[in-house]
Amino acid sequence: MAVCIAVIAKENYPLYIRSVPTQNELKFHYTVHTSLDVVEEKISAAGKAMADQRELYLGLLYPTEDYKVYGYVTNSKVKFVIVVDSSNTSLRDNEIRSMFRKLHNSFTDVMCNPFYNPGDPVQSKVFEGMVSGMMVQVS
Amino acid sequence: MEPQEEKPIIYTMENKPIVTCGGDQALFTSLYTPLAQQLPREPMEWRRTYGRAPKMIHLEANFVQFKEELLPKEGNKALLTFPFLHIYWTDCCDTEAYKGSVKEDMTRWQNSLRGHGSVDWVIVVVETNDAKKKNKTNILPRSSIVDKIRNDFCNKQSDRCVVLSDPLKDSSRSQESWSSFLLKLRTLLLMSFTKNLGRFEDDMRTLREKRTQPGWSFCEYFMVQEELAFVFEMLQQFEDALVQYDELDALFTQYVLNFGAGDGANWLGSFCAPVQNWSGLMLRRPIDMEKRDSIQRGEASLLDLRSYLFSRQCTLLIFLQRPWEVTQRALELLHNCVQELHLLEVSVLEGALDCWVFLSCLEVLHRIEGCCDPAQLAANCSHTVGLWAYATDKLKCLGELCGLVSEKGPTSEDLNRTVDLLAGLGDERPETINSLLSPYKKLKEALSSVVAFERHYLELSHAAMEMYKEINRLRSARLVGKSLAEFYMRKGEPERAEVFLQEALKSYVSEGWSLPVTHTRKNIAACQKLLGRTEDYLQTCALLAGDANLTDEERKNFCQEILSFASKSTDKSAQKVTLSMTAFAQLTRLEFRPSTASVHSGAVLQVELSLRCLMPVAVRIQQLSASIHFSLEQAGTHGRSKGPPRQTNPGTVHFAQPHSSGNAVPASATTPSLELDEIQDRSPSDNSLNSTGIVCKNTHLVMRRHDSGLSPDTANSVSPPSVAVDDGAQMLKVQDVTLEPGNNAVVFTAPSGDPGTYTLRQLCATVGQVQFVLPHIYPLIQYEVYSQEPQLTVEPLSEPLLAGLPQSVRFTLLTGHYAVKKGDALQLSNSDAMPLLPSAACKASILSPTNECVGESSLSIQSSEKVTSISLPPTPPYHTLEFHLEVLCVIPPGPDRPPNERLTNGEVRHRPRSYSHPDTPMTAIDQRMSIDCPWSIYSTLLPLTFYIPFKTKHSLLSAGNRKYIQVCVQNVSDASFQLAELSLSEKQEASLELQSLNTKAQQLVCSKQSVFCLWEVRWKTDLPSCLQCVFSASFSPLGQPASSFKPFLYQFQLERVTTLYSVRAEILPATGEQQCRSGTLCGLEVCITRLTEPAEGELAEEGKTDSDGLRTTKLMYEVADSSSNWAVCGKSSGMVSMPVAANATHRAHIEVMPLFAGHLPFPKIKVFKYLPHTATQAIQPDPDSCVENDTLSLLDKNLDDPQGDTASLRSRGSVHSLGSGEQQRGLPMPRLEPFGPGQVFNHSHAQQVLVLPATDDHIMEVNAT
Repeated sequence: MAVCIAVIAKENYPLYIRSVPTQNELKFHYTVHTSLDVVEEKISAAGKAMADQRELYLGLLYPTEDYKVYGYVTNSKVKFVIVVDSSNTSLRDNEIRSMFRKLHNSFTDVMCNPFYNPGDPVQSKVFEGMVSGMMVQVS
Repeated sequence: MEPQEEKPIIYTMENKPIVTCGGDQALFTSLYTPLAQQLPREPMEWRRTYGRAPKMIHLEANFVQFKEELLPKEGNKALLTFPFLHIYWTDCCDTEAYKGSVKEDMTRWQNSLRGHGSVDWVIVVVETNDAKKKNKTNILPRSSIVDKIRNDFCNKQSDRCVVLSDPLKDSSRSQESWSSFLLKLRTLLLMSFTKNLGRFEDDMRTLREKRTQPGWSFCEYFMVQEELAFVFEMLQQFEDALVQYDELDALFTQYVLNFGAGDGANWLGSFCAPVQNWSGLMLRRPIDMEKRDSIQRGEASLLDLRSYLFSRQCTLLIFLQRPWEVTQRALELLHNCVQELHLLEVSVLEGALDCWVFLSCLEVLHRIEGCCDPAQLAANCSHTVGLWAYATDKLKCLGELCGLVSEKGPTSEDLNRTVDLLAGLGDERPETINSLLSPYKKLKEALSSVVAFERHYLELSHAAMEMYKEINRLRSARLVGKSLAEFYMRKGEPERAEVFLQEALKSYVSEGWSLPVTHTRKNIAACQKLLGRTEDYLQTCALLAGDANLTDEERKNFCQEILSFASKSTDKSAQKVTLSMTAFAQLTRLEFRPSTASVHSGAVLQVELSLRCLMPVAVRIQQLSASIHFSLEQAGTHGRSKGPPRQTNPGTVHFAQPHSSGNAVPASATTPSLELDEIQDRSPSDNSLNSTGIVCKNTHLVMRRHDSGLSPDTANSVSPPSVAVDDGAQMLKVQDVTLEPGNNAVVFTAPSGDPGTYTLRQLCATVGQVQFVLPHIYPLIQYEVYSQEPQLTVEPLSEPLLAGLPQSVRFTLLTGHYAVKKGDALQLSNSDAMPLLPSAACKASILSPTNECVGESSLSIQSSEKVTSISLPPTPPYHTLEFHLEVLCVIPPGPDRPPNERLTNGEVRHRPRSYSHPDTPMTAIDQRMSIDCPWSIYSTLLPLTFYIPFKTKHSLLSAGNRKYIQVCVQNVSDASFQLAELSLSEKQEASLELQSLNTKAQQLVCSKQSVFCLWEVRWKTDLPSCLQCVFSASFSPLGQPASSFKPFLYQFQLERVTTLYSVRAEILPATGEQQCRSGTLCGLEVCITRLTEPAEGELAEEGKTDSDGLRTTKLMYEVADSSSNWAVCGKSSGMVSMPVAANATHRAHIEVMPLFAGHLPFPKIKVFKYLPHTATQAIQPDPDSCVENDTLSLLDKNLDDPQGDTASLRSRGSVHSLGSGEQQRGLPMPRLEPFGPGQVFNHSHAQQVLVLPATDDHIMEVNAT
């Protein structure tokens, strides 16, 4: 399961970012922020290939010694980043994909809320709950 | 080349499949060179088992002399040394020799092959012409030797014997023979590969399937599969070889993972041994035999196995021209190894792994550099940069571990650790011993001294940063920069760290990553403190003190930093430190009191500021001031309605919230939202929609370049505001305020001395030596101080004002800058049409500017003949004086004249006083009050509009000679009235008596209702033809006492009152009938009687003197039935010459036919005055009139022939036949003039006659209406 899940706005500021364990929060912020480099690289590369039927899932952005960072970008250029512990080897690509799909669906629900102002930080409880379900459970 | 005798050295990778050669060695030696050259020349298709794609393959072979020892023993798994084909060479062409020795040798050869189960052999018979010549004597057909061999050895496998003819000759025959031989050889080799490799693979799989069995060893299996990889490599099938290694890699990985999941295998134990050697990857040799041996012996550590595996993969990938995959795999490998060691809980010396990773990274980079040119490297640095960054990272870790980063240098403990780490590196490998820049040397040097470490670390860092920038990964570059800054900070070189920190901070701020912002800012604060950059440091402290991401404790510390500086030195001469206010407090709201933000000069205007203080503790501020820019009011803005512009809630301005630094949203996100408006372009002709669209109203804000204006948040080191705080200017000031964390309200009293516009410019909070300045207040905040002229208005107390009744009006005096003194009075010019009604007690109230009543006093009103003077009580400036007075507007008598009445000079008479108002049915009257005020030399004219509540109509009614006058009074107002004392009088004729036929009592006229009154006119001598009547009544609103009755007059004039003629009509049934029947002709007898002799004037006007002297008046009658009850048969009109004598009668008979049965009203009989043409009234005749107008043409005819019988009916055609046409043309037209309403009395008006239905009607017509 993920150790950090982030939703990043089109303008590259975080709409939502949550990580476990919390004491490493800053490190994850740096990691996710840096991963935007690769996200942008992949988007522009994919954009050249085929603009219309682009794959939203960007795959492994980059591995570090401790973590694997995966990316996903919606058609409106909102980015999702999931950070997984490298020692967690049970996660397959397909599971990461389905996590992103769940995240995307839930985020779409947030956007559909007429009281949600696009561009504001996500504060939805439902979204929070869904994210919690995908995070590593720390006792 | 001599065939090799000894065992081939396998690691040269110059291996070729082994082919043994038996038989005639000398023969083979002579053929070796062309054979070795020609064999690989043409590719062969290799069809593979297990559905693998066929491949084209160039075959090579290593030809060795056949020896029995070369044949593999049973169970030998070695493939590289495996002889894939055995060739027996012979050039025997002599049967005897064959039988004697060759056959025997061949048999021995074949037996040994058979003994080892090898079936891959071929016998080559070389034929040379020389040989033939040599053995002429016992020559046999050459085929016979071959046949014999085939017979003896190749039973059913005739293809195992090949003939090679004249191999050393350059003839076509020889060539042909060679090519067929080579083809055979290749085919047989491939067959052998397929068969033997297939068998090997099967064995290998079987071995792999046994991996769950207890004694299974990965290392053994590794060697087996690697053998296969070697063979593929030998065959130049690198892809296949790589697959073998990848399979091994995956298998091993899976075992490690399973081990992590608790499913351990025994053989893994050897890999869990503590790591003793961390010398890094070795990629320079194709095969690292040391490691391979240790694997073979089962002594390899995990790092050894991984290193060996990767070095093999790397070699193959480079053979495959895929260097970038090497870098990618290398990074994965390094990460993976670290994880695996962790997973397997292998004990590693601290820092050892860092050494291993560092060395490995550099080794991979060196290897890649070795096989690519620099341009290629530069273009692909996105692939290598990861390794650079990783190496940098690891070196930094090592540096910290070994105490090379601190200011003081390494301690003895650090040195011991360094020695341990270096020991694990072992000795440098022989192949890099001469290279100056080998990773080994680098690491050793870097760990040897602080200076060397710094040099190497900086070199790596900058390389990584440059590469990141090169490929546009700026965020990554900044992260490296940040880590470099940390290094500098540890080294105690803050000035070099700051650049990197600022750059990183800028990027985080601009993208709105609050946590990194806070963290970086903290670093910057530390840096600036060390640098002694007080102002910048304090500014950063201010930002951090308000940062919600920090703990309260930290925030308080930063806040304390500022406060302690502020209170430190109170040296007056010292320049105060100016900081941006945005970090300290936010201006959230500004409220003016009064809310209009507009006061008269000298009045009190308060401004309440809401400041959200971001500090964690309460801050005492010595002075909070807002500087003001004053500009003179433009001319013409005296009105007090002018409030601050663009404010929905008057007087209150809400400021856009710049997000606090702790919750920063990037500048791009805080751009103003679009203000969009819909536009529709409609066609001017038919209002149809041409186009529609949306326009953005605030493009100038939205389209503004984001980088042009640095927000104060971004520029951490805010430069001192360029606008100097000038104390001389006017200011809003408050001393000694304490700002609590959170919202604070501060109330200022604004200066309001001179009239003009005041604009708030800056906000400045002073805390000791520190000033927090908000350089611009946006949106623009202005208030206005005005000076106002006195103003007097008069307005009705209740709408509408009714004329004729006393009405209250309100006088409102806004004093403006004028102070009303005792003795000031308003002088009203009296007017007859609208007198002021004196009232006993008239109170005036004085209101303050805020509409509170501050005083009340009675007014004294003195009226003289022309002027009414109202003495005003003393009133201060900018107050309101209010009082009520009663006025009465006199209703003008007489009906409204037609509006187009002209004066003698032709102009329309100006009648401003009475007109019909479009909004109400009532007639309006405009009145003007002219008032002289003490503050002005000019009279003030104030208009008032009154409405007449009644509308009056009159009419004259006749009964024969008797006359009646009816007056109708309609109440058009909304109120109800009592009417009393209705009377009508005639002005001129005293003899006239008007007898009222009305009730005496009071009449109630409700709103929108009418009252009718009737008078009979009686006269003694003569009835005057013209009557001047005056209707008078008194009225009062319903429910008012009798005293309040007001008069109402109505004047009107009646003309041509006297009845001149009476008309009687009678309908006679047809002769012999009692009643009229429908469909039959009846007679209409019309009798016109003159009742009075016309007066002289009248006669002159209409009378006509005939030639015979008899005075007559010409009349014309006309029978017209508008309701089509009657059909007029024959002529319907006629001329009557009426003698001028009383009771002169004229009768006319007209044939009419009733069209329906029933009581039918008489047809209408109209009588007109007939005015013949006169010379003066020359009216051009209408040329078509004879055709158009029946009546007139008849009249014309009558005129020509006055004697003619008007009763005789002539057709129009006959008139024309008389030839009067040419006469008509020159003649002017006669005229008809109707009589006045009372002049002709019709006796049979509304009379009816009974008409029976026709007897022979067989169609009954029933009208149901």
